[in-house]
Amino acid sequence: MAKDKKKGLKRRKFLKYSGAGLALMLGGTWLARNPIRRNIFKSGEVTIGPYIGDTSPLLWLEISPKNDIFLHSSKVEMGQGTFTGLAQLVAEELEVALDKIKVVHAQTKSGNMDGFATGGSMSIPTLWKPLREMAAIMREMMRTKAAEKLGVKATSLNLNQGVFSANGKSMTFGEAVDGVSEWDIPDAPALKPRSEFKVIGKALPRIDLHDKVIGAPIFGMDASYPDMLYASVVRPQLVDAQMSNFDISEAEKMPGVVKVVAENDLVAVVAKSQTEADNARQKIKYDYTTNRDWNLSDVVETIKVGNGAKTVIQKEGKAVDDLDGELISMEFRSPIGAHAQMEPNGAVANFHDGQVDIKVSTQVPKFTRNAVAKALGISKSKVNIIPTYLGGGFGRRLHTPNAIQAARLSRAVGKPVKSFLDRQQEFQNDTFRPPSHHVMKAKISDSGEILGVEHHLAGGDTLFNYPILPSIANAAIRADIGSIRGGSIMYDGLPNYRAIYYHSDLPFATSFWRSLGLLANTFAIESFIDELALKTKQNPVELRLKNLTSEDPHKIRISNVIKSAAEKSGYTDEVRDGRAMGFAASIDAGTPCAQVVEVSIVDEEIKVHKVTAVMDCGIAVNPDQVRAQVEGCICMGISASLYEQMNLKNNKLFPIIYGPYQMALMRDAPKEIDVHLIEGADFAGPVGEPPLGPIGAAIGNAVRRLTGKRLTELPMALS
Amino acid sequence: MISFKVNNELKSVDVDGNTPLLWVIRDVLDLKGTKFGCGKAACGACTLHVDGEAVRSCSYPVKNAEGKEITTIEGLGGEAELHPVQLAWKEHIVPQCGYCQPGFMMATAAMLNKIPQPTDEDINNNIINVCRCGTYYRMRKAIHRAAEIGAENVNIKMEDNGKG
Repeated sequence: MAKDKKKGLKRRKFLKYSGAGLALMLGGTWLARNPIRRNIFKSGEVTIGPYIGDTSPLLWLEISPKNDIFLHSSKVEMGQGTFTGLAQLVAEELEVALDKIKVVHAQTKSGNMDGFATGGSMSIPTLWKPLREMAAIMREMMRTKAAEKLGVKATSLNLNQGVFSANGKSMTFGEAVDGVSEWDIPDAPALKPRSEFKVIGKALPRIDLHDKVIGAPIFGMDASYPDMLYASVVRPQLVDAQMSNFDISEAEKMPGVVKVVAENDLVAVVAKSQTEADNARQKIKYDYTTNRDWNLSDVVETIKVGNGAKTVIQKEGKAVDDLDGELISMEFRSPIGAHAQMEPNGAVANFHDGQVDIKVSTQVPKFTRNAVAKALGISKSKVNIIPTYLGGGFGRRLHTPNAIQAARLSRAVGKPVKSFLDRQQEFQNDTFRPPSHHVMKAKISDSGEILGVEHHLAGGDTLFNYPILPSIANAAIRADIGSIRGGSIMYDGLPNYRAIYYHSDLPFATSFWRSLGLLANTFAIESFIDELALKTKQNPVELRLKNLTSEDPHKIRISNVIKSAAEKSGYTDEVRDGRAMGFAASIDAGTPCAQVVEVSIVDEEIKVHKVTAVMDCGIAVNPDQVRAQVEGCICMGISASLYEQMNLKNNKLFPIIYGPYQMALMRDAPKEIDVHLIEGADFAGPVGEPPLGPIGAAIGNAVRRLTGKRLTELPMALS
Repeated sequence: MISFKVNNELKSVDVDGNTPLLWVIRDVLDLKGTKFGCGKAACGACTLHVDGEAVRSCSYPVKNAEGKEITTIEGLGGEAELHPVQLAWKEHIVPQCGYCQPGFMMATAAMLNKIPQPTDEDINNNIINVCRCGTYYRMRKAIHRAAEIGAENVNIKMEDNGKG
């Protein structure tokens, strides 16, 4: 038993779940050995890491004497439904209904900080056990206090809907915690078995539904402070370029302007309104110096299989070049992708008395706190990040400069400052999904057996240079483990298969984009597998199943979703009434997903009518929100597969606005999305990204059957 | 001074007449449900009603609102009850991140005023906002459901009138 003061900062650490996790795992020199490095890549396909952060129940759960139960979440809510799922985990062990739990974002000053990020589909999986344990520990701590106060044995107390009772006496949670300042924290009691779940596994409405339907001011851009000013920051419109010779004289004379800040790396207008700030910023003049001319063709030439650092990420048996048989080879490409999340990035900062409070929609509250402290030269304890709901995340909010800028501007003018990007700045200063190039190779025997398959892929950075990874990791792993996501061959029944990654640098920032490399890698691999099925005259579903032969539990789960998707969709190779089906599957972070699309050509454009999706994420904590994630991934995947692409000309990234940056709209979304969940594991696995894998390839495979044409470039177009 | 009604309340604001209505609604009148998405009328996140018509307020100078009636998401439903569109949105659990949803609900409510029973084609042609989370599949169902609820309400009102 450990003594713990409720409001003190000294808390017992549950080392079992905390610690440096990934960083520790990567630390050893043994990484230099290739087979072990490949095992790390392999584990990335199937393993869920630990939760990185403090798991003291007193940090996460707050019960007020008024009986309110607050869950202070270190994970942020960006639409993925995590708040609802986490609340369900807590409600289950506290024996209360879901609506009794109020979920709020943990402020960094509370000490409850996620050491990683909200991302990678890892919120529910990493907290699946620790959070239920925290709730169970809290429950038992309250039971002990209730027993003391009621003068009964703790073991005699029944618990029902937040009320302890025994011998005709009863006590609420609020009464049990009232006046208690020190807690004995016991070891975690046994968790409820799956068969007794009452809240977990229920398709309950998401807890933020009402707020989001009435337009409540819950987002970062809705945040404010009294007496707040508005900033408009000058940001580069060209890549690989420096701005210099700023002339702010005209801007300073514009109406509403309070101050024009012009420092080395920060030039911005602070004004009384957003419009006045934006108008004045347009009057700032400056010169550009570009290091070299960049056009899209240069990017395509840079990101090319064979260029840059080469890393073997998967190696079973012989190289395709060393096999005898007919060589089949195809190339695939994916473009630069923009996040295009609806809420622009920015922050509201209030610098006062040597400290700063920042309201911001971010996926990385802790890194933001650390970066702001460093930039302002103040201690971390003087920075409080107050996370808000995110108007979309998708990997766009893993970076910290906007909060730093808002904090510096607030300090410069001595008032709270709101500083946001406009849409053009969002498109030109995005941290893009890197473009990719893929070469697929196979050899086929005279009798039509597939002898070996290779996936060669080239991409830019996603994880490299990202602060969560120690610098040693770049050198140690060599391959960007984000770009290679979904890049391995999952068909282990093939006698020979390999995946090889080539890394090159780009002149603009690239980073996480929901599912990272999964969409493009699956597009290449699963399109090629489909082509091999056609070439060898096999049913594409049977070809896949035939090559998933091992007893590995993940392979069995992949087989199961493939079988189920074929069955639920009534998959056929035939074109019927102008409609064809396309089949594809993938596994990401241990969650397999198979999708079957029904496609026709309408007015010479690809039209997706129906998608059948089968996914095995293990236990679906909230099946409705798991379905919502599958539906959302399908629509976002259709958007990326058929419409989206950034262009680059004379160092200028464009388009800079929705519309020209074409995205799926209502008319493009399938009218039917049929989602089936298999719960083939006894834990809650990743959900938010795995369904993005198959959709691009599935569409391409359907188009191949309709038109005879193999589309090899995203976005796919018929002409 | 520019004067107009917002959600049935008379408001007068002292701003440059070219200021987009969006920023007046959000920053002067502190109604944050209407969102900034692009500033170029390209995404629909800022959709509200001016005299019952759906308007993208980021590109609508506030001077054009003089004397008009504006409705925002905050005023879409009544004091105590939600609008049929909001009810349908809840029934189908449409929002994910939720940022674009007020714009979609306002666009839908305006469409239903003109086309009470829209076909899928009507929806495709009229609801052209952008949702990055990809909630379109549920949204389409919710729009049809909102039309149903709207029709039920009309019937109830007609019955009530009959009794009176």
